[in-house]
Amino acid sequence: MLSPVILVPAVLNGLMAGAVYALVALGLTLIYGVLHIINFAHGALLTAAMFAAFFAFTLLGLNPYLAAFLLAPLFFAIGYALQRFIIGPAAHGEDRNFLLVTLGLAVVIENALLYFFRADTRTINLPYAFDVVEIGPAFVAVPRIIAFGAVIAVAAALWTMMRWTDTGKAIRAVAKEKLGAELCGINVAHIYAMTFGLGTACVAVAACLLIPTYYVNPSAGEAFVLIAFTIVVLGGMGSIAGALIGGLCVGVVESFSSIFLGESLGQIGIFIMFIVVLLARPSGLFGARQ
Amino acid sequence: MKHYWPIVLVVALLAIVPFVTTSNVVLNFLITTLLIALVGQGWNLLGGYGGQYSFGHAAFFGTAAYTTAILQVQYGINAWLGLFAGIFAGSLVGAVIGVLCFRSGLRGSYFSLVTLAFAEVLRIVSSVTPITGAGVGTLIKLDLRPEAFQFQSRVPFYWIVLILVALSLVAVRGVENSRFGAYLVAIRENEDAASALGINAFAVKLAAITLSAAITAAAGCFYAQYFLFIDAAIAYGPWISIDALLAPIVGGAGTLFASLLGALVIKALGETTKLLTGDAPGLDLVIYGLLLIAVVGLAPRGVAGVLTALFRRPLRVQRGDDNG
Repeated sequence: MLSPVILVPAVLNGLMAGAVYALVALGLTLIYGVLHIINFAHGALLTAAMFAAFFAFTLLGLNPYLAAFLLAPLFFAIGYALQRFIIGPAAHGEDRNFLLVTLGLAVVIENALLYFFRADTRTINLPYAFDVVEIGPAFVAVPRIIAFGAVIAVAAALWTMMRWTDTGKAIRAVAKEKLGAELCGINVAHIYAMTFGLGTACVAVAACLLIPTYYVNPSAGEAFVLIAFTIVVLGGMGSIAGALIGGLCVGVVESFSSIFLGESLGQIGIFIMFIVVLLARPSGLFGARQ
Repeated sequence: MKHYWPIVLVVALLAIVPFVTTSNVVLNFLITTLLIALVGQGWNLLGGYGGQYSFGHAAFFGTAAYTTAILQVQYGINAWLGLFAGIFAGSLVGAVIGVLCFRSGLRGSYFSLVTLAFAEVLRIVSSVTPITGAGVGTLIKLDLRPEAFQFQSRVPFYWIVLILVALSLVAVRGVENSRFGAYLVAIRENEDAASALGINAFAVKLAAITLSAAITAAAGCFYAQYFLFIDAAIAYGPWISIDALLAPIVGGAGTLFASLLGALVIKALGETTKLLTGDAPGLDLVIYGLLLIAVVGLAPRGVAGVLTALFRRPLRVQRGDDNG
């Protein structure tokens, strides 16, 4: 069972799938790290972005990988506006209200998509969607390799931004000490909205990477968001590197548990790993001890 | 006993309904509302009073629903015994999750997400194991006899769920007035400070999650008997975990009637929007979601918060703030 013919493709495919999980988780961890809220609307925003990428291809003939450059700024703006004008004012700064408002947003977005596009499942056809590359004993699909590369690039860009730019520094300051940052003249409401926008932009890129090989319907994003939550926690909430490594780990675990437990039980491996890791190390694999 | 008169009043008011109308629409609406109120009251005890936000109350609901259904279908055990077995099984799951989570000191969002993961594991397992009927689900045989916990009309179901809700209100009021309740609130406000004062936080939280699970489990058993069908998506699906926290938070988490008020509000909103939009799929839920955001935006402390602001005096008595 553990021959390299099975093992190597399992690891490679796991890593590739994990990269997209990581990108979804990256957005989530960014929002959690700064706003300290669990964003329930994340999955719905992913679905919305997948629809956007789908229609960009079918109506405008835009290649999904190019559409990412258009959709990322668009969803950044959407995320910014959502946090600045809806979530922030409605939540009154209370955690449980953030929860309810994002939950309400998720309900609105998912059902608006259902109302306009019905429950049909849609896919797009790219000529190279089924091309494969041979890596050792494994065959890996081209879209997955592109996705993997893109995710690494986005994570690197995000990390650089957080480290070196003024906005990045302000975001980190707000994450560490909100009141202190405010006293230094940082506009906290603006930074919150920036962070939410960045998280939403991550989701838009993830959607563009997913759409060539995945399907879209009004609840397509849900499948990812629960996994993204587990990655965020595994990697330590708020940690970019943690989300990346956590995402890759989760992809490999899922791919292995699909082999050993069968397709329908595949995801159970993720949740069991999640529970076991958290019970043993309550602040995640890379999080600081509380 | 003066602490209990608001409960008597509210339950008496609800008890009048079957004498005024036997309309199936009205009764069905109230039964599902009370069901959600019961599910939410379990959550309210742990989340509202104890500050431990669970995203996985479906674990208790589903375990109880499956226990009572499987005992009847596979083993021919009486449904009323199944009710107690279901409550027992649900609280056992609560205790196990509680021991695991609180032993390792999980708090805040981490606790929330682990409870979600537990519910998901149970959902996936129950959707493949043969004993739960796997993907097909479990259908309880129609047997319209009171001995089998099935009735011709909805009225007896209404009485039963009302009694369960009344018991849950009494239980939570009892907790409010007890030392245990004070410990629980102290842990919500500041766990480290509470521990420093000598409160055994682990034991208190464990007791809270077990009692909380028992209340939600009772709702699960009732659901199985009322609808006579469950599958993995119903029993362990996220919808029940979401309703469990939505109702008490909308109502004003950590107050006695939070879950009942919240369930009434969200159910009424849901039904009204459904009525207004006809059969356009999704549109009712779009409006429902918008209204939910509006409710949170306008009433950040829940319906109970609004009521307190409106009628300061009476609700102070209700909340048991004065020691008279």
